[in-house]
Amino acid sequence: MGDWGHILLGVLASGIRLATPYLYAGIGETLGQRSGVLNLGVEGQMLLGAFAAFYVTYRTGNVLGGLLAAALVGLLMGLAMAFVSVNLQAEQGISGIGFYLFGLGLSDLLFQKLLGTVDSVRGVPDAVIPGLSDLPVLGELLFRHNWMVYGAYALVPLAWFVLNKTPWGLMIKAAGENPHAADSLGVSVARVRYATVTLGGVLSAIGGASLSVGLLKIFQQNMTSGLGFIAVALVYFGGWRPVGVLLGALLFSLVNALQLWVQVLGLPIPADFAVMAPYVLTIVVLVIVVQRARPPAALARPFERE
Amino acid sequence: MATPFSATPKVQSVVMRGIVKRFPGVVANDHVDFDVHQGEVHALLGENGAGKSTLMKILYGLYQPDEGEIQVNGRPVTFASPLDAIRCGIGMVHQHFMLVETLTVAENVALGLPSSRGFVTDLERVAARLRALGEQYGLPVDPHARVWQLSVGQQQRVEILKVLYRGASLLILDEPTAVLTPQEVEDLFRVIRQMVGRGHSVVFISHKLHEVLSISDRITVLRDGRKVGTVRAAATNKAELARWMVGREVTFRPEKAPVTPGPVRLAVEDVHARSDRGTPALVGVSLAVRGGEIVGLAGVSGNGQRELAEVIAGLRPPTQGRVRLLGRDVTAWPADARADLGLAYIPEERMRDGVILPFSVAENFILRDHFKPPFARRGILQPQAILAHSQALIRAYQIKTPGPETPVQHLSGGNIQKVVLARELARAPQVIVAAQPTRGLDIGATEYVHAQLLQQRAAGAAVLLISEDLDEILALADRIAVIYEGRIMDVLPAAEADPQRLGLLMAGVARATG
Repeated sequence: MGDWGHILLGVLASGIRLATPYLYAGIGETLGQRSGVLNLGVEGQMLLGAFAAFYVTYRTGNVLGGLLAAALVGLLMGLAMAFVSVNLQAEQGISGIGFYLFGLGLSDLLFQKLLGTVDSVRGVPDAVIPGLSDLPVLGELLFRHNWMVYGAYALVPLAWFVLNKTPWGLMIKAAGENPHAADSLGVSVARVRYATVTLGGVLSAIGGASLSVGLLKIFQQNMTSGLGFIAVALVYFGGWRPVGVLLGALLFSLVNALQLWVQVLGLPIPADFAVMAPYVLTIVVLVIVVQRARPPAALARPFERE
Repeated sequence: MATPFSATPKVQSVVMRGIVKRFPGVVANDHVDFDVHQGEVHALLGENGAGKSTLMKILYGLYQPDEGEIQVNGRPVTFASPLDAIRCGIGMVHQHFMLVETLTVAENVALGLPSSRGFVTDLERVAARLRALGEQYGLPVDPHARVWQLSVGQQQRVEILKVLYRGASLLILDEPTAVLTPQEVEDLFRVIRQMVGRGHSVVFISHKLHEVLSISDRITVLRDGRKVGTVRAAATNKAELARWMVGREVTFRPEKAPVTPGPVRLAVEDVHARSDRGTPALVGVSLAVRGGEIVGLAGVSGNGQRELAEVIAGLRPPTQGRVRLLGRDVTAWPADARADLGLAYIPEERMRDGVILPFSVAENFILRDHFKPPFARRGILQPQAILAHSQALIRAYQIKTPGPETPVQHLSGGNIQKVVLARELARAPQVIVAAQPTRGLDIGATEYVHAQLLQQRAAGAAVLLISEDLDEILALADRIAVIYEGRIMDVLPAAEADPQRLGLLMAGVARATG
C-alpha cells in the first residue's frame, strides 16, 4: 500500500471516529425533536458533560465514574430544559440559547477554578478485539477505536427501533406531530417530552464526554466549538431519522478529517479555507436537503389543552 | 390480555347532573343536566358557544367540571383525564380529527395502548382486529394506509374505529357531519344505526336541525350554557327546535325577491391554476355571473374553491385563462385595482385573510382605503373621518363591539364576519365573491349574512357564493355550479337541483344525465 493509501485509510478512520460526538448529540436531539421539542442548548450540555467527565476522571482515575458524572449533569440539564419548555411553555429557540450560554460559561468557570491548566487523562481505552483489530486495513478502519465510538454507532439502530417498532415510538411521534391527538387518547404529552428531552440531555453530555475523555483525552475551554449546533443541524439534514443523522454525521466528520489531513500534509490550500470547508458544506447541504424533508408538525410548539 | 379493553363493561346509562363549568369571563355550562341510555341516539343541539362541546369534553375527561356530578351505570365517577372516561366505555370523535397524519391507520389506533408483544408494537394484530371491526360496523378502511392519504370521510371512519377499538359503547360525535358530503352523511347515519342496534349509545352534537331530527331518539337543546329542554325527536319539529336554540322565531327560507338578471358582471374563462403545493388546482374552469344573480359554487372542501376565489380576487395568478370584471379583462390586474373597480371579496379564512386580528375594528374597516381621502390626507390618517365611518358601519351592520377601538380579535366569530361584510359591502360592490361566508357562524349571524347577500342581489350585484353547505346554496342561489377536482362538473338552475343530484356531482360522479 502506498503513501496515498495510508492517508486515505487515516482520513476514513478518523472520519469514523470524529462522528462520535455528533451521533450522541444528534440522536438525542432527534428523539427530542420527534416529540416536538427543539433543544438548542445541546452545545451547553455537551460542554458541561465534557467537563464533568474529564474532571471526575482526572481526580479519581475512574473513567466510568467520569461518564456517570457526565450522564448525571446531562440529566439535570435535560430536566431543566424540559421544565422550561413543557411546564413554562417558553419559546424553545431562545431558552435553548440560554442553556447554551449557561453551559459555556459554567464549564469555563469550573475549568478555571478547579483545573486552571490543560492537562490530559488516559480516558476511554481503545478496543482490542482479538483477531479483528489485527486485520489489515479493516482493523485500523473499524476495530481500533475507543469504546465510546461503538456506543455511538450502536445508538443508531437502537433509536430507529424505538421510533419505529415500539409503542413508545408511536407516542413520541404523535407528541411531535399532533399532541392533541395523543392527549385525546390519554397519552401524557408532558411525560413523553420530559422523557425525550431528558434522555437527549444525557446523550448530549455523553457526546461531550466522548470528546473530552474519549477522543482528545483533554479538556479546554469551549472545546466543542459549535459541534453541538452542528448536531442540531444534522437532525434537520437527516430528515429527523436516525439513519439520516448517521449519514450526515459521517459526511461532516469525513470532510473534517480530510481538512485536518490537508493541514497536516501542508497541501497548498490556505488553512482557513480548509477549516471552513465542513461548515460551508453544512450550509450548502442543509439548503438543498431541508427543502424536501418535513419537520414534525408540532416542532417547537408548546402543548396546551386548548 | 388478549385484546386491550375487551373487559370494558357496556355503558347502560350516563347521567350528568348540575354541571357547571366556568371559563374566564363566561359560564360555559350553567347547571346542565344530561343523560343517555343504552341503545339510543341523543342529540345535543345548540348555537356556537352554547356549551355543547364543553359539556361533552367534561364527559370525556378533557375538562373537569366546577360543580355537578357524573354517574355511569348508576355509580358516581370522576374523570381526571380521557383515560378514565375510556376505561368506563366512553369515546369521543372530535370535530377536528385527532389523528396523526404521518402515521398509518393501525398506528393511530394503537397509539397509547399497551402492546400484546410488550416492548414491540403489535401492528399486524391491531390491523386484523381493525378489519374485523370494520366489517362488523360497515366501516371498511385499509389499516396500513397513511392517514394523510385518506379522504375526510375515511378519516372519520378511522376516528370511529379508534373509539370502538378501545371498547367504547358510548360514542360522542362532535359535529360529525360538518365536513361530509350528503352521501357520506347517509353512510354515517347507517353506521350510527348499526352501532345503536348493537346496544351502543351515541351522543350526536350538531346545529343542523334536519339531521338531528332524522337520526336521534331524543334531543337536548342548549342555549348560552343553559339547558332549554329535552324532547323526543318524534314529538318536535324544526320550528320549535330553532326557537329553543335561538330564543326567537327563525325563518328558514329567506325571502327571495324575483330579480331579472342583468349583463354578465363576472366571467371566468378557461382558468387553470396551481395550489400552494404546486399541484393543478383548477383545470379549465369557466363560469359567468350576471348582475342580480347569485351563483352558488358547491363542492367538498379542497376541490379548487379556494384557488378559484383567489384567482378572481387577484391573489393567485392563473397559469392560463382570463378573468373579466364588468366586461374588462383584469387577469393581469392587482387585487386593489380589482377592488376599486367594484369587486368585494369575503375570504374563506376570515381570521387569516379577512381581518388583521390585533388591529381595531376601525382600522380593519379602512384596510382597503386607508391611503385615500377622507381617511388620509397628504399621507396623514384622519382620525375624525375614520371614527365617523366606523361608527356608521357599526350601527348599520349591528356589530356587537365595545367600540371602534376594540381589537377585532376580541369579537365573536359572527361579529368578525360582520366587520368583513361591512368593509366590503360599504364600497357598493358590483361583484361579490363570498367564500364560505357563514362557516362556523350560528343561526342568527347566518341569517344576517344571507339577508345581506340577498340585498346585494336585489341591488343588482353579481354574487358568487362558494359554500360547502348545500342548504345554504339551495336557499340562496339562482344557479348552482358544482366543482370537483378543479373542474366544473355541471351548472344547474336552482329549480332543478336537489341534494341528491348535487351530492353525486360533488362526489365526482359524472355529469347528471338529462
